[in-house]
Amino acid sequence: MSDVIVVGAGVVGAACAYYAARAGLDVTVVDRGPVAGGTTGSGEGNVLVSDKEPGPELELAMLSNGLWRALAEHGGFEFEPKGGLVVAETDEIQRRLTELAGKQGVEHAMVSGAELRDYEPHLAEGLAGGVYYPQDAQVQPMLAAASLLRHGAESFGRGTLRLRLGVTVTGVLRSGGRVTGVRTSQGDVLGDAVVNAAGTWGGEIAALAGVELPILPRRGFILVTEPLREPLIRHKVYTAAYVTNVASDSAGLETSAVVEGTPAGTVLIGASRERVGFDRTTSVPVLARLAEQAVALFPALREVRAIRSYCGFRPYCPDHLPVIGADPRVPGLYHACGHEGAGIGLAPATGHLLAQLLAGERPDLDLRPFRPDRFSEEAA
Amino acid sequence: MTGAPYDLVVVGGGPAGVAGALTAALAGLRVALLDSGARLGGQYFRHAAVPEREPGLDRFLLQARLLDGRADVLTRHQVWNVSREPGGDLTVHALTRDSSGERPVTLRARRLLIATGAHDRPLPFPGWDLPGVLTAGGAQALLKGGGVLAGRRVVISGTGPFLLPVASGLARAGAAVLGVYEANGGLGLARHPLLALGKAGEAAAYAAALARHRVPYRTRHAVIAAHGEREVEAVTVARLDPDWNVLSTRIVGCDTLAVGYGFVPQIELGTQLGCETRGDPDGSPVLRVDAAQRTSVPGVWAAGEPTGVAGWRQAEVEGRIAGRAIVGEARPIARRGPDGVLLRRRRQWRAFGEALQRAYPVRPGWQSWLRDDTLVCRCEEVPLARVREALELGATDARSVKLLARPGMGWCQGRVCGYAVSCLAGEAPRPPRRPVAQPVTLGALAEAAPEDSPDEAAQ
Repeated sequence: MSDVIVVGAGVVGAACAYYAARAGLDVTVVDRGPVAGGTTGSGEGNVLVSDKEPGPELELAMLSNGLWRALAEHGGFEFEPKGGLVVAETDEIQRRLTELAGKQGVEHAMVSGAELRDYEPHLAEGLAGGVYYPQDAQVQPMLAAASLLRHGAESFGRGTLRLRLGVTVTGVLRSGGRVTGVRTSQGDVLGDAVVNAAGTWGGEIAALAGVELPILPRRGFILVTEPLREPLIRHKVYTAAYVTNVASDSAGLETSAVVEGTPAGTVLIGASRERVGFDRTTSVPVLARLAEQAVALFPALREVRAIRSYCGFRPYCPDHLPVIGADPRVPGLYHACGHEGAGIGLAPATGHLLAQLLAGERPDLDLRPFRPDRFSEEAA
Repeated sequence: MTGAPYDLVVVGGGPAGVAGALTAALAGLRVALLDSGARLGGQYFRHAAVPEREPGLDRFLLQARLLDGRADVLTRHQVWNVSREPGGDLTVHALTRDSSGERPVTLRARRLLIATGAHDRPLPFPGWDLPGVLTAGGAQALLKGGGVLAGRRVVISGTGPFLLPVASGLARAGAAVLGVYEANGGLGLARHPLLALGKAGEAAAYAAALARHRVPYRTRHAVIAAHGEREVEAVTVARLDPDWNVLSTRIVGCDTLAVGYGFVPQIELGTQLGCETRGDPDGSPVLRVDAAQRTSVPGVWAAGEPTGVAGWRQAEVEGRIAGRAIVGEARPIARRGPDGVLLRRRRQWRAFGEALQRAYPVRPGWQSWLRDDTLVCRCEEVPLARVREALELGATDARSVKLLARPGMGWCQGRVCGYAVSCLAGEAPRPPRRPVAQPVTLGALAEAAPEDSPDEAAQ
């Protein structure tokens, strides 16, 4: 019998488990696969504050950014405070970027077209300018999730955080309306609270509890290059179109260049967004467009080889905000999912705030914008 | 990408691909065949500009000559992706290299024949990353492709009858082959499955060649470590129990070590298209085909090792069966004779291939040859200790080991280490996910981008 059962061993589930254990709760994490086998294992490891419009998600991102820095001190995973550079192709885009940066209230520096190459010597010529965000960072997300679980299990008392992998949740147990645990492929697991941290599959877990969460997969491809001997790219570099695409509601294909180096020497190239269900079939036109955009930004990449690509499914909610908090429709059920492409970045804040709720404390941030029943209100 | 689609595009110019392409071309189909090598032949019929005599090679070269002029034969073309167009045709993305550098080549095809063969299956052991250690297939390729002797004093180790032609080829070319160490045992050369299945002549020829060159052949023995400062200078040869645990060891000085523990069928073009797979008797994922060599995906056939490792004779038979089926589909009114003989041969060689896989399995004891610092993945320099750490952190399969410790993320995409990582993770190898099957420059990849930008519509 645990205080909390976390469904999902991705980075969000790991953060929920970690902070709940730190708050003194007994936690069991169940996942049908390995640690970080879903969307966590298919991302770039973005910890971004630069790409958020002012509002609740940006507040969450700012809180999370500080928490990641604290977590990184425990070690066990790569955390790179590399900073992000948003690049504008035209003066008009630069003007809009300037306006956005002014509203965000995030630490930043305006970069003129002439100064761009001081930040990134290999950037293409003729760009209008950009904005530099020193707080943008990157983590190796799989190791980060695994380390949070490991650290949580070792730090807060023996047996506080248990991990059960290869265990599929098949039902949500209830007694008198209240959640009492989950039914799994390997027997019942009992607990006072169930946290749905199943990411893109969060809607399925919610459905097992009899409630609806409109979480849909939004597919993304990433291209990975051969390891480069000399780092070509210092920061996370992306074009302004990324900001508009993230916030877009289009189901069709959208791509915008997001280019960055990794400690392994490879360059990661994103980002594409499509709503095509859980289709893993590789789309060569999408990969080709990613390559085209990356080469346009960094002409030196033209001769660099892509050696692999992978795809993942972002958990997408209609209003682009995650679902975080207690579900008023099912006492004992909590959600921490639907973070779309920002799950790595937002995981610590999500876990921290949810642990505060579970421990009966007042959360540091207002969770109302993330409440699970907001979608049914809109429909009604 | 212009013009009408080919009736058939064949990927792979070994015995399966050439037989399939020739069968279709002779029936009047418009055929293209792509191969990454400089000449047709594949691994088994790899040959120099002036070929040596080999069993079956004359016959293969005749078929290859017949193909010339009847089909577009594109050598030095590496296929990195095949995908389905919205209209139903297939797009084959390849790269070729000429004086102006790497250049993308795109073909359209109504039908595809996957005849991509197999590659060597190495196992890691201490020192396997030293220069002078290569795969048995690699040693053979050097010799067959350019008459290059991998070394002067050669040790050969691994399992399976493929070690024999490699050893006799090297010995004939003048290398001192200090020993052939077969990790499985009990059969010996005299009771070799080749004999049992009517290949007595071939097996006896290898045995005679080894005897003539005084090459010792030891079963239940394997090289479990290679030693040397800058390159291999000696190896540890171990006597093994039936599970391949070490019973005793000795050191053998040499300058070259060739190892081979069977083969990994190359099926990634099939998995890119969503073809169903099955497990070969040795656990390798192979493409599932029907009696006509059709995969589960319409318009896509497969022949040779990608459907199960069974050698070049089976590859040719399957190529011919696939070719006939493709002709039958493309020209429904064309007359054709019954497949009876081919089907019988295919059954026989399939049984032979499966018997070999059962007679020469990889036994789990090899894992005890490894030390904590033995590299499992050479591309990403991942030692055994990091793989174990990933398993302790919550990896439950090869894919999550890769995500946590990086084996298989490098240049070869796990072709070399994938089998070993699966074994260490305690699972059978899974079908590969390699959407980009060969490294491709971003410049070449960018050229495959569609003309119209969907982004403009979206913004």
